[in-house]
Order: sequence, then C-alpha cells, then structure tokens
Amino acid sequence: MRIVSLFGALMALTLITPAVSAADNTDIELLRTAIEDLRADYDARIAELERRLEVAEQNAAQASYAAQSPAPAQAQSSGQAAFNPAIGVVFQGTLWGIDGPGTESEGFAVGETELIMNANVDDKFAAYLTAALAFEDGASELEIEEAWVETTALPAGFGARFGRMASGFGYLNAKHSHQWDFADLPLPYQAFFDGRYVDNGVRLTWLAPTDVYMELGGEILQGEGDPSGLAASTVFANVGGDVGSGGSWLAGGSYLERDNMASLTGAHFVWKWSRDGNWKDRNFVFQTEYFDYGDVGVDGGWYAQAVYQPFERWRFGARADGLQTDADDPRRYSVMFDWSNSEFSRLRMQFTQDRTGTENRNEWGLQYIHSIGAHGAHSF
Amino acid sequence: MNRLITALLLCTLPLAVNAEIRVFACEAEWAALADEIGGDLVESFSATTALQDPHYIQARPSLIAKVRRADLVICSGAQLEIGWLPALLQKANNRKVLPGNDGYMEASSFVLRVGATADVDRSKGDIHPQGNPHIQVNPHNMTAVARALSARLSKINPDNTDIYDANLNNFIIEWESSMARWEAAAASLRGKRAITHHKSWEYLLGWLGIEEVANLEAVPGLPPTAAHLSQLTAQFLSGGADVIIRAPYQHGKSSEWLSKRTGIPAIVLPLTVGGTDGATDLFTLFDDIIVRLTRAMDDA
Repeated sequence: MRIVSLFGALMALTLITPAVSAADNTDIELLRTAIEDLRADYDARIAELERRLEVAEQNAAQASYAAQSPAPAQAQSSGQAAFNPAIGVVFQGTLWGIDGPGTESEGFAVGETELIMNANVDDKFAAYLTAALAFEDGASELEIEEAWVETTALPAGFGARFGRMASGFGYLNAKHSHQWDFADLPLPYQAFFDGRYVDNGVRLTWLAPTDVYMELGGEILQGEGDPSGLAASTVFANVGGDVGSGGSWLAGGSYLERDNMASLTGAHFVWKWSRDGNWKDRNFVFQTEYFDYGDVGVDGGWYAQAVYQPFERWRFGARADGLQTDADDPRRYSVMFDWSNSEFSRLRMQFTQDRTGTENRNEWGLQYIHSIGAHGAHSF
Repeated sequence: MNRLITALLLCTLPLAVNAEIRVFACEAEWAALADEIGGDLVESFSATTALQDPHYIQARPSLIAKVRRADLVICSGAQLEIGWLPALLQKANNRKVLPGNDGYMEASSFVLRVGATADVDRSKGDIHPQGNPHIQVNPHNMTAVARALSARLSKINPDNTDIYDANLNNFIIEWESSMARWEAAAASLRGKRAITHHKSWEYLLGWLGIEEVANLEAVPGLPPTAAHLSQLTAQFLSGGADVIIRAPYQHGKSSEWLSKRTGIPAIVLPLTVGGTDGATDLFTLFDDIIVRLTRAMDDA
C-alpha cells in the first residue's frame, strides 16, 4: 500500500517536472525518507493505541459479561444433529510372526475395529454401544460387543446397568482391547473366557459414602452359550485409595458362578504412580490378577505386569502369565514397548516367549491402535 | 464473661464443625474460590494440584469416592477435564453432581472464552472447540465465577444465602482493590512480548496487554520438537520477545534451552494456587504472578 502510494507520488512529481536535476533528486530522497520516518512513527503509535484499545475492550467485555447473571450460554447448537451421540472409532491391527517347532508363520491381521457410541438417553438413563467390525475367514463380521443402558439417577450411591455388557468380574475384563498394555490378553482370560467375559444381564452396584473407595456389585447373567435362562451370576468388591501425592491403588475380589461349570474366584491389585501425580510426564503401572478355578485339571491362572513410562510418549512393559494345571504350569513371558504420538495414536512392538507347549515358541508382533472421533474418558 | 464466651462458642461452633456443603473442585483455583465464598460452610477438595497437568489425570478410586459424597462439582470445563471427569461422574453414582443438575458447574461457561473454533481437526493437536479453558489467570474472570458460584451455593443451600452473599461482597470488594493494585504494578508490562510453553496464559497476557508471540509446543498438547525450537531460536535470536513462560508441571528443558541460546529469560509462573511457594491463595497467586513477571522483565 505504502509502496504504491509513494510510487504514485513520485510519478506525479515526474510528470510535473519533466526535467529533473541531480540536486532535485537528493531533495526527493530526503523528502521520501522524512515521509517514511513519519509514517513508521505513526504506524507504531497507532499499533500501540490499537493494542491498548484491544486490551481495554477485552477487559471491559469480560467485566460486562461477568455482570450478566445468569451468564448467557455460549456455543449453542441447534437442530436434530445436536442430539447425536458421541461417536468414536478405534482402528487396530497387528503384524505378527510365530517361530516355533513345527509352526512357522507370519502375517498381517487387522484386529477388531471398534465402533463406540454413547449418550445420555434422558435425565435418568445413559446408553452405550460398542460394535466390533472384524474380518474372519475372509468375511466381514459385525458383532455387538456391548450394548447397555445404565441409570444415572438412582439415589444413595446405587447404580444399575442392563443389556449386553462386559462383566464386572476381575480387573482387565472391563477394559477394551485398545486399553490393554499388551497386544493380547493374559492366559487366564484366554483359558477361562476365550477372551473377555461379555454377557447379557443386569448389574447392580453400590458405592459406599466413604473417603476410601469401596464398591460392591453383583450381576445376574444369561450364561454364555446358554439360551435357557439366567445361568450365571457374579459378585464383586473393589477398594482403593491414594498413597502420598503420586501413588494410587485398587484392590478387588470377584466370584463367578455358572451352571454346569466350576466356579471362578478372582483377586486383583493395581498400583499406579507418577511423580506429584503429573501423569503426562513419567509414570508407572503394576497390575496383577489371580484366578482360582475349581475344575478338574485346571486349578487356576495368573498374570503380573509392569509398564513404565520414563518420559512422554514412550512406555516399556514386561508381563508374565500362566496357568496352573494338574499336569504342569504353562507360562509365557512378554516384553513390549510402545510409542504414542498423542493420546489417540499408539504403535507397539511386543515379543512373547510362549512356554505352554512341549517346546518354546517365540512370537513377535507390531501393533497399531488409532482412534478417531469422540473418545470417552478411561477408567482407572 | 463466661456467658459471653458460651454465646460466642455457640455462634461459631456449628459453623466450624459442620461443613454443610462438600465441594469437589477439579482444579485448585476453584477449591480456593469455594473457600472464599463458602467460608466455613463448605469443605472443599481439589482433584488436582498445581504440579499436575489437568488435561492428564487418572480417574483414581480416591477421586470417585470424593465425587460420590460431593454436593457440588466445579470444574474449568471447555473440555479441559474430558479425559477423566466423565469417568469419575459415571462411576460415582451421585445424581446430584451430574451435568445439568445444580450440583455441577463449569466455571468457563460464565466468562467470555477466547479461541473458540469450529475448525476442529486433531491434526492441529489438542484443540478445545469451546475455547481456551485456562480462564483462571485473568482476575476479571474470577469475579464472574465468584458471582456464579455464590448463586449456585445459595441454590443448593438456601438457608445460608445471606452468608454466601456477604462473603461474595467481601470477596469482590477486596478482589477489585487487589486488581487495581495488580494492574498498576503491571503497567510497565503492557506491550511486552512473551513466548509460552502451552497456550495456558492467553487470558493473563490479554489482561496485562502482553503479546503472545510464539508457543514452545509446535502443536498444542504435544511436546516441543527440536525443529520447532531451533526455528524459534533463529526467530528470536535478535530480540522480538521479552520472556519465556511455563507452568510448574511443564518440563523446563525446552524453555531453558531456548533461553540459553537467545538470552530471553525463562520463568515459571503459577497457573493456580500452590504452583509456587508464594501462591498460597487466590490473592497471593496473582501477587506472585505479577512479581515474577515484572522481575523477569526488569532483569531483561
């Protein structure tokens, strides 16, 4: 702008005085410098005044906004779309290789793609849906993983949930695969539930009005693969608290009874630590579960794992898991490290030595977990 | 004399012993404000400390237990606590404090938020579509939230409305005279330029008329990268910024690195009560912020 106008002025000068002497040229130069100096000075002053005005306006706006009571709502959305539930999708996949006696295979597996939706239904209910999209035997499958409704308005610390849900039995059972610290579930979950224990039924929980966290709960469930009726039930209890400014713990016990099957008793303990409780920086998680199974042949199972994040983004973990059978005690040992660019993306490398067979088998895997859309807060 | 003492005891005892309202604050500044407005009638608890990044908190059992018994949950809102507060509310089985009820309030909904955007794309980092949630560092905002909090406490506990009103008035009078003092002390800061670690200080800088010229984080919420820091070094080697600001919970490495190469002083400012030894309540929080800022600029 400035260049254009100066150029215009010079053009005008040239037109008026066709013959310009060397002396005139110096005068013009001086004049131009003077004008530019003046302009720069004014620009700076105006900028300063504008900034002052802006600050004054901002403070005045805050003050007048504050004076209004009640404050007007901001960012109001309207229309049917405003009632859309929170929707999130989690993408997972693994590149894996198995190396052992008689078995040598490798491949790429796209894991379950989780579709998660949730919202309040009204002032008394909230609903939640997780559907897993998977490729199995060359075909795409859509499986309803969880679909439940829960109460939000029961008094006295009670809460109820009904529908298809991950049971409150154990600790890891309620966690979705994208929350696991290792690419696969520990042996007892694989042996006793063939994954997680998800079933149809009703749950009631009660939270004690104490400073120490104390939750009691129970479920009546259909019993996997038993369409005849209510064939399974659980009871569980969790307690937890803090230690110092950076430590926190959760301990619990649970009991599962299923028709025509032996009962299963579980115990778990979780310890989380971060310096001053600042989780983003450095943190540590230890978790262990033990299962007692009253079946002939299999007595129980266990796992223990520790994951350490020495600095932002990087985590390193180790896990041991095993079963107790009459014949022997099959075990596995795993190590992993993962890198999270943000809380929405994670790349993981895992190595597992499987000693469940007669000879050791080595497995390695590269895993990705990426999530888009709304992502619910993770429980402890 | 004895009768007088008994009368005094009768007056003070019920208030001192029985806090009527349990306030669960997501951040320390709201716990401190609840103490100012509620006095002995409230028992406040802060879920986070000034040494913790409030974006990243574990939904710990102890916090669920606190929410279970709370009469009022007050948080900054604008999605600051989106990673953990919903999990607490879901597990706590306490209908009083769920969003939409009297027992739940988001402080940032009572002030004019800056930086609200419809351009929500996670490639741009940790975006808050409803605007910057770190509203507590402009004292004008604190006045607005104080009014809202007093009104809310009166609604939950109407028997003590008079006390909440009186406490609010006392607070506002003292707060406004303090603001005048702070603004006078910070007059020399007007027009200065600051580099900040994260966009935590927009409201403070806006209030004091300090220009934010750069962030250490290239993408909000993600750690500063080496490439971005060297670019900042080149950009500010020959001036252009007067101070580098970070919060106590942010790593000092990046700001110290840039400070060493450019000569711009790097300082820690308390983002909330407890962030520094001096910031013991809301008043000393701003005292300390102004002292630290002016000292850094004077040295420069």
